[in-house]
Amino acid sequence: MKWKQLVRNKPFVIGASLIGLLLMLMVMSLFYTPYGPNEMNTAMRLAHPQPSHWWGTDNFGRDIFSRIVEGTQTAFLIGVSSVAIGLFFGLFIGAIAGYRGGWTDEVLMRLMDAKLAFPGILLAIMLVSVFGPGLGNTIVALGLMSIPAFARIARSGFIQYKEFNFVKAAVARGAGATRIIVHHILPNIASPIIVAASLRFSGSILAEAGLSYLGLGVQPPDPSWGRMLSEAQPFIVNAPWYVLITGSVITVMVLGFNLLGDGIRDVYDNKS
Amino acid sequence: MTNSLLEMRDLEVAFTLGKQDYPALQQMTFQIGEKETVGIVGESGCGKSLTSLSIMGLLPGTAKITKGEIRLDGKSLVTSSAQQWSGVRGKDITMIFQDPMTALNPLMPVGKQIAEMALLHLGVSRKEARQLALDMMAKVGLSRVDRLYGDYPHQLSGGMMQRIMIAMALICQPKLLIADEPTTALDVTIQAQILNLLRDMNHSTGTAMLFISHDLGVIREVCDRVIVMYAGYMVEEAPVEELLDHPRHPYTAGLLQSLPGADKRGRILYTIPGRVPPLTGRRTGCPFAGRCPSATAICAAEVPQMKKAGEQHLVRCHLVAG
Amino acid sequence: MRFYIRKLAALFLTVLLVSVITFLVFQVLPGDPAQIVLGVDADAHQLAELRKTMGLERPAAERYLSWIKDTSTGELGTSLRYQRPVADILQERLPVTISLAILSLGLTLIIGLPLGIYIARRDGKISALFLSVLTQLGVAVPSFWLAFLLILIFSVTFRLFPTYGYVPWHESPLGALKSLFLPALALAIPGIAVVIRYLRNTLLDQSRMDYVRTARSKGLRERSIMYRHMLRNSLIPVLTIVGLLIADTLGGSIVVENVFALPGLGNLLITSIGTRDLPLLQTLVLYIAFIVVCINFIVDMLYKIIDPRIRLKR
Repeated sequence: MKWKQLVRNKPFVIGASLIGLLLMLMVMSLFYTPYGPNEMNTAMRLAHPQPSHWWGTDNFGRDIFSRIVEGTQTAFLIGVSSVAIGLFFGLFIGAIAGYRGGWTDEVLMRLMDAKLAFPGILLAIMLVSVFGPGLGNTIVALGLMSIPAFARIARSGFIQYKEFNFVKAAVARGAGATRIIVHHILPNIASPIIVAASLRFSGSILAEAGLSYLGLGVQPPDPSWGRMLSEAQPFIVNAPWYVLITGSVITVMVLGFNLLGDGIRDVYDNKS
Repeated sequence: MTNSLLEMRDLEVAFTLGKQDYPALQQMTFQIGEKETVGIVGESGCGKSLTSLSIMGLLPGTAKITKGEIRLDGKSLVTSSAQQWSGVRGKDITMIFQDPMTALNPLMPVGKQIAEMALLHLGVSRKEARQLALDMMAKVGLSRVDRLYGDYPHQLSGGMMQRIMIAMALICQPKLLIADEPTTALDVTIQAQILNLLRDMNHSTGTAMLFISHDLGVIREVCDRVIVMYAGYMVEEAPVEELLDHPRHPYTAGLLQSLPGADKRGRILYTIPGRVPPLTGRRTGCPFAGRCPSATAICAAEVPQMKKAGEQHLVRCHLVAG
Repeated sequence: MRFYIRKLAALFLTVLLVSVITFLVFQVLPGDPAQIVLGVDADAHQLAELRKTMGLERPAAERYLSWIKDTSTGELGTSLRYQRPVADILQERLPVTISLAILSLGLTLIIGLPLGIYIARRDGKISALFLSVLTQLGVAVPSFWLAFLLILIFSVTFRLFPTYGYVPWHESPLGALKSLFLPALALAIPGIAVVIRYLRNTLLDQSRMDYVRTARSKGLRERSIMYRHMLRNSLIPVLTIVGLLIADTLGGSIVVENVFALPGLGNLLITSIGTRDLPLLQTLVLYIAFIVVCINFIVDMLYKIIDPRIRLKR
């Protein structure tokens, strides 16, 4: 890693700080939140932000800060697992397409292109409408949405590098396919993969927010920022901070991962 | 020498990198007479193109003229405003470039790109501009110009595109044409055709020419007089035959030795050892000292001045007696 | 001619693939589609009845073929919930979504292109900073949350636009425009950010090209160089982005239509999920995907018009 260049890259530093802050909040929420996330206080409904409730309360008198901090767990869980699914299957599909070429490549890549025909969260909506909403199905659906991005990178990596002399030399030495992939090809496509992972992470967060807002994503009692937004919508006039704060937190997380990805891309692209 | 058309005096151009200025051209002093063809020769990175761009007022954003003067017909170009520039550029001075494939707008019909020039500078109507462009296209040796007019660059060969560029450059009958390596990107047979065309156009239109090339053989075909540049300095200047017969600067001698010719058939071509020092690594003393086979102590210490080495022959070398 | 044949073949293939995926998701993956429609606590008699109506006793391949045959002849089936032909329902809902998409794309281009040019022309430190902040925020903000903010500003505070609902064009064109403006803007903002950033970068790349140097050497003013030479060259890559943006707009409209309770395709989609109206859902998804594929096809054709080089290649 080129840490020295990354540390001097502003988008990377800002992105990493935002993510770091949210990660700290998540770790904190595992042990402590100011109030229980589902603890209702009917005497304090839709309270303004104030010392006892930093970000105010919702229509049931629940502490918004505690709920949002609790929601970081869901957000990171969804981001990490959907990217992991996309990465695993994407690399696999892309590797096969790139290595085999010919018809295999053609069929697999057409399939990846077909995903473009289901814009935005439509693919996730299809799956959730058949298998039902919930945390698990949301993760699977968002993971599937991420596959083509990784498959494309892996494919071009494999096509490009299997022609390179050092890979040919490894083949000539009789190195096994796994060894060639792990030692020669993967390290060379690592940086575009990391960039894509970062951008797909933020893509998943945005998609989850949309799905949960529509009631098709994460279901209670699992906390979700998207669902909080749909709960906040009726009180947009009486308690605008509820909507503003919740949306801002989603934006900060998405922004963080986008900046992180852009920063890494800046550093690695300029060098090569 | 006839009346001087372009006059460059003690020009210095520097690149700003970070907070520091790195001079890329120094003590550039030469003249181009009316209808004259002058060549500039040297390896890449020696400042040939930068010289032409500073005449055109098209220096890249990081470079600037820090000293000296360029005059066209006695009028200073260095102090010209953007407004005055667009009256000179394209009208009085035009330019053709190394790679005609990329120098033309890929999305505009080639004829239109020529006519645009006439429309801009000659105050003619669209129809007249079109006719002028067609005439000019025929003059530079293109055939079936009516059909060609509406073609796009990618439909033409490299040689045809360079003819289009020449037609564009000459349509307003400029006083000076700068040709920056105009044949380098072309096939050898096409090179000869383009060189012939440029020479013919110089004779028939009387447009003076500044011809830039790394290839002395090409310069010899076209030019009356030649300037040899090295690492941002002019190192030698002489009429072309004089220079070829009696090179005085060791760098020029090296260039001539590395030129292929009938008498050298079957032998390995000479190459000057070493490379042009990069902009940031230039030291004091004679710019060529590091590669010069006969450098002495003074060469490393002091930049030599241009001195007379014959009738119309100037050289920048400590080892040449004045 | 070969270009068109190839593109048409690709279009046909994609539509086929998309229809297979849609069919698999709704008819094969769930195991028993009738169970999905009726839910887990449906009694056996009802299930058997519905399986018959939906023709589930036939093998999947046969059902797929007859679905494709019906759909391509305009026979879109009947909605379980509305008990009406799907074609009629689509005809009602489509204009809303199409108007929204066109308006949003229009806003994207009208705002994005001039701003992109402006920022490329005065490329300095401050405008670059402003640009990166704006574009980064633009793509990071969830569009439905943006919709909330727009409602808060323009509907609640300034009372310029309605908070939700739709006025059909034939009732009042101005009313229709007003009811669509905020949702269209919410959908357009991420696109605007993308267009600005992309156009600026492309223009700056173009400004370093040789043909621009030629244009300068001709004595053209910067203005003419920008509009007569660079802009058209920059529009080719931007067109790719615009194609993707239209698809994004359709995807985003699924959520945004629900924020504003606009009776479009996205709204219908979510309602039909709620009512487990599988036949309607299946056709609707295919329909949306078909629109997207067609738009990509049109973009490909536009390339050919803008870029003469494509006419000879391939």
